Amino acid sequence: MATLPVEKLQIIQEFGPHGAFMSGIRLDPGVEPDRIVKTHCCFCGQQCGIQLKVKDEQVIGFEPWLEFPFNRGMLCPKGVKRYLQGSHPDRLLNAVERDGSVPSGFKPIEYEAAIRRVAEAIKRIQNEHGPDSFAILTGASLTTEKAYLIGKFARMALRTANIDYNGRLCMVSAAAGNKKAFGIDRAANPWSDIPNSEVVWISGANVGECAPITTDYVWQARENGAKIIVVDPRITPIARTCDLFLPVKPGRDAALFNGILHLMIEHDWIDHAFIEGHTVGFDAVAASVKEWTPQKTADVTGIAVKAIQRAAEWWGTAKSSFLMHARGIEHHAHGVQNVLGAINIVLASGRIGREGGGYATITGQGNGQGGREHGQKCDQLPGARDISNSEHRAFICKVWGIEEADLPKAGVDAYEIIRKIDRGEIRGLISICFNPQVSLPDNNFVSQALDKLEFYAAIDFFLNETAQHADVVLPGSLHEEDEGTVTQLEGRVIKINKAVDCPGEARQDWKIIQDIAHALGREHGLTFASPAEIFDELRIASKGGVADYSGITYEKIENQFGVFWPCPSDDHPGTPRLFEPGSWNPVAKGSGPFYFPDGKARFNIAEYRPPVEDTDAEYPLMLTTGRVVSHFLSGSQTRRIGPLVEQYPEPRIEMHPRLAEQHGIADNDWVTAETRRGDTTLRAMVVTTIRPDTIFIPYHWPGRKSANQLTNSAQDPISKIPEYKACAVRIRKAQGPPDWEAELEPQQ
Amino acid sequence: MPVPEHLEFFIDPSRCIGCESCVQACSECDTHRGHSMIHLEYVERSRTTQTTPVICMHCDSPTCAEVCPADAIKRTEDGVVQSARKPRCIACSNCVLACPFGVPKMKSDLELMMKCDMCYDRSSVGKKPMCASVCPSQALFFGTREEIERLRKRSAAVNRFRFGNQTVTTKVNMMVPRDARPEYIDVAAAMEEDSLGGDIMLNVLST
Ligand code: SF4
Ligand code: SF4
Ligand code: SF4
Repeated sequence: MATLPVEKLQIIQEFGPHGAFMSGIRLDPGVEPDRIVKTHCCFCGQQCGIQLKVKDEQVIGFEPWLEFPFNRGMLCPKGVKRYLQGSHPDRLLNAVERDGSVPSGFKPIEYEAAIRRVAEAIKRIQNEHGPDSFAILTGASLTTEKAYLIGKFARMALRTANIDYNGRLCMVSAAAGNKKAFGIDRAANPWSDIPNSEVVWISGANVGECAPITTDYVWQARENGAKIIVVDPRITPIARTCDLFLPVKPGRDAALFNGILHLMIEHDWIDHAFIEGHTVGFDAVAASVKEWTPQKTADVTGIAVKAIQRAAEWWGTAKSSFLMHARGIEHHAHGVQNVLGAINIVLASGRIGREGGGYATITGQGNGQGGREHGQKCDQLPGARDISNSEHRAFICKVWGIEEADLPKAGVDAYEIIRKIDRGEIRGLISICFNPQVSLPDNNFVSQALDKLEFYAAIDFFLNETAQHADVVLPGSLHEEDEGTVTQLEGRVIKINKAVDCPGEARQDWKIIQDIAHALGREHGLTFASPAEIFDELRIASKGGVADYSGITYEKIENQFGVFWPCPSDDHPGTPRLFEPGSWNPVAKGSGPFYFPDGKARFNIAEYRPPVEDTDAEYPLMLTTGRVVSHFLSGSQTRRIGPLVEQYPEPRIEMHPRLAEQHGIADNDWVTAETRRGDTTLRAMVVTTIRPDTIFIPYHWPGRKSANQLTNSAQDPISKIPEYKACAVRIRKAQGPPDWEAELEPQQ
Repeated sequence: MPVPEHLEFFIDPSRCIGCESCVQACSECDTHRGHSMIHLEYVERSRTTQTTPVICMHCDSPTCAEVCPADAIKRTEDGVVQSARKPRCIACSNCVLACPFGVPKMKSDLELMMKCDMCYDRSSVGKKPMCASVCPSQALFFGTREEIERLRKRSAAVNRFRFGNQTVTTKVNMMVPRDARPEYIDVAAAMEEDSLGGDIMLNVLST
């Protein structure tokens, strides 16, 4: 039973989060670093280039890396302070195992013994209940090498179908929509195309806080005369100076895109030659948007008719444009439909595959792109190959040297893994850099499910909220303690360089994984000596696939400041811009630029449906969730970095003054927000920058401060992304702070 | 070494996204040793997401230095106004009260006035100050006049400000819209009424 071994507070006292502030070394004037290592930020999908300063085998600060072309030295506050994790007091320096008789709930265990325990548990559980009774959940911040290795480990050593990753919570709706429309899942353009666009359309993307570097690209477009259209229920920092703001009701994006396409067709603002020559399916989509008159669109989306008309005209008549979206339209039970709606207006405009004409989703996680392409997603094999496709399976089996019958089939998604644990179908779990206790919706249910595990091993460098449930915790490596590649949001494969060694007994994650395989006696194919060796095999495994990395080498990455995939041969420079006229790809083989046998893009009907849990008399408001700039995802790292905690110490409930007034709430008052799944009591932030029928709570906090106690686990039927961005909620003024408030440190 | 003449500092509050990267990075430069010398002001969070970074404007005739009874504030030949010198500063806070931009801060634990000195350890060797290096929206920009003219076609750099009857000329430039270019700008005005916050409301077409 993986219940907490002792009271949560006791665990926190020992393992944190404790806020670490500046190290003494850096405050000493005249400290010269021993070396400076060029690498990238450990957080978001932009993967800013950064130089880490190392002194006495510790990362002691950073130096902007002005030459790296994506961010040219720019960094957000997370990147600036990330170095404070290195010598953090909460860092796990040795393996620990649960022990309810010690005050902190965990006692140190020798590394080899810990590995043996994990292997024995895997064997026992799989012998009793079959291979699929053991699952593995992975993180999308891992290097592509680790993701590849873990995908191979799951299928060859664990022999389980049940592997999935937390990119499932990030951009799988975009991935699925992109594959349906273009046959490939990647941003169509490099960001350098943004400043040359006449219109930039941003839907559901809090660019200023979640992808801050992208702001400069957008505002450079504006400086060059572009019009910026932002669609969001909140006036985020990027929306503040946009030219047209469309305050959409959460979850109504497909309706808006259909309404825009309706007007484009009505006014003939479409590119007939492009539609005719490069797409299929337009007529059916055109028929489907007939009903989406401006009035109907306005009624559904909550946006004024005039604004919809203006947006359609600006978008429809532009000569060049860039449409980008993020989780605001993707985190829905109809996320794929929203994405297809966005793609339809791009395809109808014909403005894709050229300089200054583009489309992209803004990947949220560090390696959200690279990880899933090479095997940590339940339905994908390396090279973005399909695990259900027999040709693809045969290719990978040949590379791995196994029989096709021994390669598991597609497993289930991350949330379904939790449900299977709850139902007793999955009894053992390994997690690596994944914190579902904070990051999954309806997390009271997640807790209850975790409690039922027979055996749970976590690999991590801090004891995160989920790892607190573990039987064994193996001390993994920080970003700067290993090398490898990641693929950032433009599709640029870049190199993470090692700055320092792992401290104490901590090990690089790929070594831990291989040690488990060895202890299981199933080390065949899992005996790599370095990430470079893994990368070499990954290149072979991706050859001929859609995500072809075979022409990429570590040296080439260094020489070119990254290489855009696909890159199919040694003399190929990489592909910054997809779908250029005449471009070749392994699926169309010369028939056209899109990744289907006929080389044509697909229009797909974008079906509008309201959020699964719409408002009603009992729960009359919409809750939407998201990020703040100084924290990242479940906060496992950023809630330990003192200056970042100080910048945004507590989640707040954002609401409009009109709504606040109805409930007699003033700014800073304590407010309870309640859904059918849970409630939380936090301070109010009364601002005119949010729709009056919507409240917003950032989700980086655990326990009683967690926004995900409230959110709905309804999932998109295609992508399986959960509906974080819309559920019914009610609020009431609370009588002062909740009891638990005084007990916990701010960052907990 | 002085700050090279061709490199200048430009501030564009309309670009600021309130991320505090500048605040976090300022404390990382060797001159400030862990203290941040830049402030981020929220114009009025209840009504707008507009934020404004405040750094020392490096006035040609710095009021802070003029009012300092101990002559602790030095303006170097390259026009950079330095933090108070430790042996001289008597922590009287005259400079804090006198600066029209509200820049100097009294570090009571150190009994020393500290303020933005353009990351002198960096700018005096031709590097960008920390805040301008990291600012993700380039609301803070350090570079040449040619660069800023190429990159900011819609704005012009202004470095004369009016505070009541006092006119101040500064080394640091503010970017203002070209089509409504004032001869002087009154920085205080942006802080008093949420003029920039109001602008956004004109663009909001809601039901
Ligand atoms: S979190 Fe993202 S924006 Fe911030 S420094 Fe890291 S990669 Fe850049
Ligand atoms: S802005 Fe203030 S602190 Fe800076 S030089 Fe001018 S008067 Fe002195
Ligand atoms: S770093 Fe730039 S955008 Fe961020 S708060 Fe500072 S000035 Fe504003």
